[in-house]
Amino acid sequence: MRLKRATRACAVTLALMCAWAASAQGPLEHKPAPDFIRTDFDGRRVTLSELHGKVVLLNFWATWCAPCQAELPHFAEWQRRYRAQGLQVIAVSMDDEPKAPRALASKLKLGFPVLLGDEKLGELYGGVLGFPVSFLIARDGTMTARIEGEADLQALEARIQELLAQK
Amino acid sequence: MSFARLFLACALLVVVVPARAQFAQPAAAPESAMSIPQDHVMQIDELNDMLKDGKAGKPLILQVGSHVMFAQAHIPSAQYAGPGSQPEGQHLLHAKVVNLPKDKVIVLYCGCCPWTRCPNVGPAYAHLMQMGFKHVKVLYIASNFGDDWVRRGYAVEKGD
Repeated sequence: MRLKRATRACAVTLALMCAWAASAQGPLEHKPAPDFIRTDFDGRRVTLSELHGKVVLLNFWATWCAPCQAELPHFAEWQRRYRAQGLQVIAVSMDDEPKAPRALASKLKLGFPVLLGDEKLGELYGGVLGFPVSFLIARDGTMTARIEGEADLQALEARIQELLAQK
Repeated sequence: MSFARLFLACALLVVVVPARAQFAQPAAAPESAMSIPQDHVMQIDELNDMLKDGKAGKPLILQVGSHVMFAQAHIPSAQYAGPGSQPEGQHLLHAKVVNLPKDKVIVLYCGCCPWTRCPNVGPAYAHLMQMGFKHVKVLYIASNFGDDWVRRGYAVEKGD
């Protein structure tokens, strides 16, 4: 019985590690995350470099992207759950106009900054040419992962917990 | 019919009907990418060959996703036609093609999301078909434009 449980645990861990390794490839990994200054839909200034000391989940999304819509409520839940431990979610809408994402962000009560992106911000992050794309940034500002497409939420949350545990 | 036969028939209905429902392909939503007929779907290599071939007539290539994506990278000679799932996108698409002959070869693409979840190409395709265009193809982008076109090394242009 114990052996079976251990085998299953190993298999799950291996699968999570493989999924994570597959997602963590790209030119920005292990480098300082590109800094940006933007104003969110609530009029607050968001400066990435001022978030040093926090684990940042930076998510690029669009209102008409179905996988993005599926992720956002989970990110809102994580923001509530892990805020005290130092998680900061930032959502960058890549819609062409602010009206729809502003309305959706307000409706969903996300509890984290939501701002409008553009091609310059996309290019700064290696090109955002498909949605959703998320980036995970460690407390020291180092990019640790680029996650293309809808995230494996279990693996992503495990990685966030791991980064939060690093002081 | 004996009770035993009636019982057997009911049991078969209970077992077979849900099983058929489970394995049946769900019908594609009228305007999803999955609703586009296969003979109107173009593969990436096919379009790339067409672009390289000077002899073949160049199609009109329209990007029906977001402008933010278009400005970062788009297929050479492509024009931005607005997100096909949005009313403003439909208006822009209409304006782009309204004066063209109905036999014009038009290639639509988006690449914002995986093909099965793209909200834009299906409505854009349906709009052109309603307008009477006869040679409309939709570029099959399995994952997204970044992965399937840019990172595979196909040519791109930037800007408006």
